Amino acid sequence: MASFAAAPSFLVRSAMAQGTAGTSDKDRPILIAVFQRGAADGISMVAPFGDRNYATVRPQIAVPAPGSGTDAAIDLDGFFGFHPALSSLKPIYDAGHLAVVHAVGSPDNSRSHFDAQDYMEAGAPGNKSVADGWLNRYLQGSPKPDGGAFRAIALDATMPRSLMGPAPALAMSRIQDFDVRAGNRGGGGGAAGGGGAADLYSAFEAMWHNSTFDAVKLLKSANPQQFRPENGATYPNGQFGQGLLQMAQIIKADIGLEVGFLDIGGWDTHANQPGQLNQRLREFGESLSAFHRDLGDRMRNVVVLTMTEFGRSIKQNGSGGTDHGHASALFVAGGPIKGGKVYGKWPGLATEQLFEGRDLALTTDFRDVFAEVLTKHMHAADAAKVFPGWRPAQQLGLL
Amino acid sequence: MRHKTIAPIVLVLLFLTTVVGSPAPPPTDQEKITHILDRLGFGARPGDVERVQKMGIREYIEQQLHPETINDARTEERVSQFASLRMSQDEILQQYPQPQQLARQLGILNPKQAKPDDQPASRAKIQEYMKDNMLRPPNQLLQELISDKIVRGVESERQLQEVMTDFWFNHFNIYWDKGSDKWLTTGFETNVIRPHALGKFKDLLLATAESPAMLFYLDNHLSSSPSPAVQNALRARPNAKRKPGINENYARELMELHTLGVDGGYTQKDVTEVARAFTGWTIDQPRQSAKFIFRPMMHDRGEKIVLGQRIPANRGVQDGQQVIDILAHHPSTARFIATKLVRRFVSDDPPQSLVDKVAATYTRTDGDIREMLRTIFYSDEFMSPESYGNKMKSPFEYAVSAIRALGGETSGNQQIAKAIGQMGQPLYQYQPPTGFPDRADHWMSDGALVARLNFAVTLTSGRIPATRINLDGFKDPQAAALFLGSPDFQKR
Repeated sequence: MASFAAAPSFLVRSAMAQGTAGTSDKDRPILIAVFQRGAADGISMVAPFGDRNYATVRPQIAVPAPGSGTDAAIDLDGFFGFHPALSSLKPIYDAGHLAVVHAVGSPDNSRSHFDAQDYMEAGAPGNKSVADGWLNRYLQGSPKPDGGAFRAIALDATMPRSLMGPAPALAMSRIQDFDVRAGNRGGGGGAAGGGGAADLYSAFEAMWHNSTFDAVKLLKSANPQQFRPENGATYPNGQFGQGLLQMAQIIKADIGLEVGFLDIGGWDTHANQPGQLNQRLREFGESLSAFHRDLGDRMRNVVVLTMTEFGRSIKQNGSGGTDHGHASALFVAGGPIKGGKVYGKWPGLATEQLFEGRDLALTTDFRDVFAEVLTKHMHAADAAKVFPGWRPAQQLGLL
Repeated sequence: MRHKTIAPIVLVLLFLTTVVGSPAPPPTDQEKITHILDRLGFGARPGDVERVQKMGIREYIEQQLHPETINDARTEERVSQFASLRMSQDEILQQYPQPQQLARQLGILNPKQAKPDDQPASRAKIQEYMKDNMLRPPNQLLQELISDKIVRGVESERQLQEVMTDFWFNHFNIYWDKGSDKWLTTGFETNVIRPHALGKFKDLLLATAESPAMLFYLDNHLSSSPSPAVQNALRARPNAKRKPGINENYARELMELHTLGVDGGYTQKDVTEVARAFTGWTIDQPRQSAKFIFRPMMHDRGEKIVLGQRIPANRGVQDGQQVIDILAHHPSTARFIATKLVRRFVSDDPPQSLVDKVAATYTRTDGDIREMLRTIFYSDEFMSPESYGNKMKSPFEYAVSAIRALGGETSGNQQIAKAIGQMGQPLYQYQPPTGFPDRADHWMSDGALVARLNFAVTLTSGRIPATRINLDGFKDPQAAALFLGSPDFQKR
């Protein structure tokens, strides 16, 4: 059989065409998407302490208003405040590089993690027949002549739904996993390995003569892991912090990244919410602020966009937690962002203002935010094609 | 009688004169048999080709079509170590308890609390209790399910039955991680899919419709009549948690993915009507025996019109049964199932000629899966050398065929499951109801290829625990790795 006659196009294309390390455009716009899986509580992340109903609906677990002690919210604008565990994000907000969108989410009323994540990642709430993810459709719709194997990378063992589809994307749990370990005793193999291992590696390469080996070699020669955190940035040790560290390394290596994807779990706070959130938000905030500090001037063309499948019930439940809700909050950060502001109309927390009488109502469709980022930052040709069935409702003016 | 013998010859002549410029040498017996072992099963083990040559190709195909005639005691003995595959639903729920429920029983949680808190003390208490009472965490159900699938794939003599179990599970895909499906997926594979894998499509369809795993996965267990009387009655129940009402999820996927296909000729109105017909199909005692039950109280008693056929009022559980019957006998279903089968066994781009023949067999035999397969296996399209080695192996097929090629034996170690996941096929953990796409472009990517090559190296160097391989016939482990990592071996 003539080795790979039916090979998908990217297998026969040369990855080298998309730019040798070091020569690609440093101003290429980059989007890093972060999925908070499990439904993060919007009104704890960014507490509406100025809403007089906030403290009454959550007598035990509301974040206290600013000025009431060490556990208090960090004032943003006299009405909203960051959860105290997000203190590391405050300087970025103050510098105008971080914005919040509140009361944002999916118009679909599903309270199933499974469905709501699926809908958000497909970019098509309520429509189960959309096979590929929104980020993959962006890549399909904005082909780059120099686009190669590293246009999209998820630091995850499997491809997230958001990146599934025909456009090439790479999923790897760690940079070091994207290597053909031809050595038989672990370590020491790969392109740099010696003796039989190198023979095996070359034999594989000769046998395949396709872009994968180019990509492996390119990644190895770019050696992203040579880049140490700069500007005194310290990443938390958890999976999310270390993932962002590697994402920063990939950006610094200039191998053509346009879309990065990471996720962070642990937001399903049905019980003992304050303790859990304190720990999760600290890791979340400190990781993002380390990324921002590390990239420094390079954040000028990077946007970080966070998302979560839905928010949580307004009323606390019987176990110091909250149940599944509706709208939540998201963060958008980076050089191009008009930050230092909480965007979105506040729907209020009085019973008659709640969605189905129990959850934060939605005033911003997540697709309006995602589309704005794609259009204004990524220069997407047609955001409507990325979100089937979506009709733009508003321009927030985030960029 | 006469034209029956002439037709194939004419076809062959047409093929030779119009398709191929210079006639290719006819395939050898060995090539033919390798093709059959690659498609009816997960590839040849050392000695398999000779074995089939001796017994005859036709005999081998007929045997595989009748798995009950094949002695597979050795495999059954090997998989008997996976105890959860043999347990009743009650036993599964007792022995692999939900942490929340257990915590409540132990008094660590009050009944209203949804999850145990994260205090190390309470976690330790739960762990100690589980150890003392020989209880295991639900994750082990998944590991046993995967191990059982791998061991059967590698070692079972009933190869076609395993291929079809894999095929139908993917056709009726459910997601292990979705809530209660952690405890229900085991029974879905062993009691719903495998026993019907070569039977009548309609029986398989009904079995999935009634299975708690599917009722949960596609939310039909929540679906109730939209009538105010039913809604008020449901809201008045003491532990009513969810907003009652109709849920169209199952109805839509039943037609789009399980039977008619997305272009099969149904409308949104049909979706709603089918959803009404299935109201009340739900799960009895979800935390214990978790059995299918029809609850008349939730059911919409009115008349329904499905694909132009009238379902009279007040027929209760028969509504859903009639829908299954209508769908199973619809020409779109015959075409849709025929297309998927031909895609699995012949080509990513199913030849229309063969799809038509298989669809005709479906209609003629009332959806007999064995007869449809027989139509495929004895077709010119299937036996044509053009179809040899033109299908990309899925990661599962790749891993299993690699172990078979090395005459190996495995207990389906966790490391193999992880490798298959890294190659892009997290077994039982594919979230969308569509199942994994059966196309080369879905399976091959840079990351997937790297993972495949690494698997080849790891396996041949003997670094996978509880897995034995035999390198006879290879110069060294590296030669074996090259064989498994070659472009040809990625295909079947």
